[in-house]
Amino acid sequence: MGVRLTVNGAEREVDAAEDTPLIYALRNSLGLKGTRFGCGADQCGACYVLLEDRAVAACDTPLWAAAGKRVTTVEGLGTPERPHPLQLAFLAEQAAQCGFCSSGILVTSAALLRGNPDPSDAQVREVLDRHLCRCGTHNRIVRAVLRAAREMRAHTEAA
Amino acid sequence: MNLAYRLAAGQDSGAKRLPGSLHVNRRLSQWLRVRADGVVEVTSGKVEIGQGITTALAQIAAGELDVALARIRMVPASTPRSPDEAVTSGSLSIQESGTALRHACAEMRSIYLASAAASLGVEVDTLRIEDGEIIAASGARSSYWQLADDTLLDREASGDVAPKAATEPALAGRATPRLDLPDKIFGIPRFIQDLELPGMLHARVLRPASPFARLEKLDTSRTKQLPGVVDVVRDGNFAGVLAEREETAVKALARLALDVQWNETDALPDSATLPAWLKAQRAETKVVDERVADTPAAVSRRLRASYSRPYIAHASLSPSCALAQWNGNSLRVWTHSQGIYNLRTDLALAFALPPEHIIVEHVEGAGCYGHNGADDVAFDAALLARSANGRPVRVLWSRADELAWSPFGAAMAIELEADLDEAGSIVAWRHELWSNGHSSRPGRAKAPALLGAWHRENPSERLPAINPPLVSGGGADRNAVPPYDFPARCIVNHRLLDMPLRTSALRSLGAFANVFAVESFFDELARDGGEDPVGMRLRHLSDARARAVIEAVASRANWSGWQPQEGCGHGIGFARYKNMGAWCAVVAEVEAGREIRVRRLVVAVDVGRVVSPDGVANQIEGGAVQAASWTLKEAVRFDRRRVTSDSWEAYPILRFSEIPSVEVVILDRPEEPSTGAGEAAQGPVAAAIGNAVFDALGVRVRDLPITPEQILAQDSKG
Repeated sequence: MGVRLTVNGAEREVDAAEDTPLIYALRNSLGLKGTRFGCGADQCGACYVLLEDRAVAACDTPLWAAAGKRVTTVEGLGTPERPHPLQLAFLAEQAAQCGFCSSGILVTSAALLRGNPDPSDAQVREVLDRHLCRCGTHNRIVRAVLRAAREMRAHTEAA
Repeated sequence: MNLAYRLAAGQDSGAKRLPGSLHVNRRLSQWLRVRADGVVEVTSGKVEIGQGITTALAQIAAGELDVALARIRMVPASTPRSPDEAVTSGSLSIQESGTALRHACAEMRSIYLASAAASLGVEVDTLRIEDGEIIAASGARSSYWQLADDTLLDREASGDVAPKAATEPALAGRATPRLDLPDKIFGIPRFIQDLELPGMLHARVLRPASPFARLEKLDTSRTKQLPGVVDVVRDGNFAGVLAEREETAVKALARLALDVQWNETDALPDSATLPAWLKAQRAETKVVDERVADTPAAVSRRLRASYSRPYIAHASLSPSCALAQWNGNSLRVWTHSQGIYNLRTDLALAFALPPEHIIVEHVEGAGCYGHNGADDVAFDAALLARSANGRPVRVLWSRADELAWSPFGAAMAIELEADLDEAGSIVAWRHELWSNGHSSRPGRAKAPALLGAWHRENPSERLPAINPPLVSGGGADRNAVPPYDFPARCIVNHRLLDMPLRTSALRSLGAFANVFAVESFFDELARDGGEDPVGMRLRHLSDARARAVIEAVASRANWSGWQPQEGCGHGIGFARYKNMGAWCAVVAEVEAGREIRVRRLVVAVDVGRVVSPDGVANQIEGGAVQAASWTLKEAVRFDRRRVTSDSWEAYPILRFSEIPSVEVVILDRPEEPSTGAGEAAQGPVAAAIGNAVFDALGVRVRDLPITPEQILAQDSKG
């Protein structure tokens, strides 16, 4: 008896107990390792995924809460062949050192840009405040998010 | 001890001196392999810990061999194949591994040119190389790939082939995007945490309730009954669970923690009076450095001050992780350790195995800033895997264990005293410090330095941390010797012989606190004499490269054009890392309101020849931000029994909205040897912030971290 949910656009069934934290279902049952375990208590932001359009901590979301819903992980944002503008911007700005915090930050930033295509530097920082980075790449990350926002706006205007 | 020490100590003496760690890993085949399919495999003993070293080393190899960067395949380090370069630490990878690789590549190039000349029947000096194609003046062609032959490199380096001159256009010195980042940005499995082996079990460790707790009673029955639990293991004070699924392991551990009884002891110091405690402990005392003036100067002023730093946690974003698998009497371990051979040595001790029975493979982990839990968790995995009937076992620490059980950067107390003459020049300087040692790394002692080994039925001895010798940069005493031209100085180090809280190497070791103290005190002397802190530093410095970074940072920060504002201040800090590495000067600008806010950090750095400009900038920026976090927020909290800062709430670090702007000025010196960049900013940033806070508020905080509470406490002392 599994739990059904839509992950990165595909219908999936996870064979796990309903109270299993979503992160283990994603990483171990579905093999989506991009969602990182950092604390298990929604205090670091490393495991953020989109549940419908909202960024949530996968370590702190039970599988039943995602049942029947759309889940988007970092793998669902883009791939090397079809990258999300945020992923391109992170590479262009070399906005990482160890890269362990990147997935969660990319997910939260994607949610931010969906709601606010032209955020200020301060707004980006405010939204990312729940995400920790230990390598000290914060300023590069903010630059990358602002760059992605610019490119996405330019793309929208051109379209 | 890092490799620099072994090299300096002349290990393997008798053999011809070869550059970098080529000296102790002399076979070219240890470093390089040419494949017929157009790839050069490069194996370094230095590992990726988030600092970008694999990219820098690949750049060096590509430049030296004249091949495109895309042809270089960096092979993960593993025993026994890869070069033994001891530990990836001390900002030494470019010096040790980069230098070795540069020379190994030069030899490979020369060997393949000779081979091409022979096969084409032309003179070597008529050949040139373009992306691995070897082309003769006559137009005849060969290539590394056509000539690929493992026997060509199956020999010792001769040391007779010079690498390219620094001025030759090569890839080095250009900004190259990190090779490992795309995987990490697209969420493609690459971290050790992502590694999944066939038949793998998930395990968790039950840590003692406190550092000296004894396990009195453990009832495993209820845990064992949980569906999916494979086994519950106990060995003395060490216990753990193995399960088919990760969520089951987590649940099983929570269950087990309810069925346990610990006997705890109050054995930790009083954190409210830490400096006094440090000074009262049993210690080994050493005069680190002493210089006596030729002619004693007349002393007109004498100043004295005491500084301290607390224990600081590594607080890596991921808890430590490892995998292990037994095959009879052979053990294989996957680890994000900084030193795979050192880990193998201690695993061999812990399991009474010959080292040849153990394979240790490196897999990238989250950011590493020194000796964290990576080695410990590898031991945990190996111990628990003994109950897995040959199946591989993955252990992931909890966040609480990561923050409370990884080794800490050692707390330090420092007393400084200076004599000044009539003209306001410093004529004598005394620096005395008290601290646990700054290294408990594996692979160096008679007992394994692995946490779990301390907790077994037959525990290994808890040896107190040591200090690397000053010749390789020192430990607690790192940067205690001031960089200034003082005619007399005396530096004394008291290494504590008891270690209630486990300490080991954290980014920059003692340099963080020593530079904070030295540079804060220097500021106090300047202010006391009514002199500009920048001018007074320059007046006491003859080292041209030291002067250059101070002048560069003062100029970029517009030091002399500073407009005083209510509640705002600026300050400077300077050090040459280890007194033999990178030169680094920092100006901090702060705003002191309800909180201390660092608005801006300007950093000038001289790392000699720059391999990767963006790599250097990224390391300096990151180091500066992390140092600002240590300076403003961080302290391991504990009561007399337990470490209490075991969550991100209890151990806060700087967040996005609190991060200063960071500007980095790199003084490139293509003719000078490269030094590391990773740790150069730590001490100068702390001092610059402390000095800026004084400039803003007129309050001198001498005990880190510089929190509003500390400022109030200092202010009320007057």
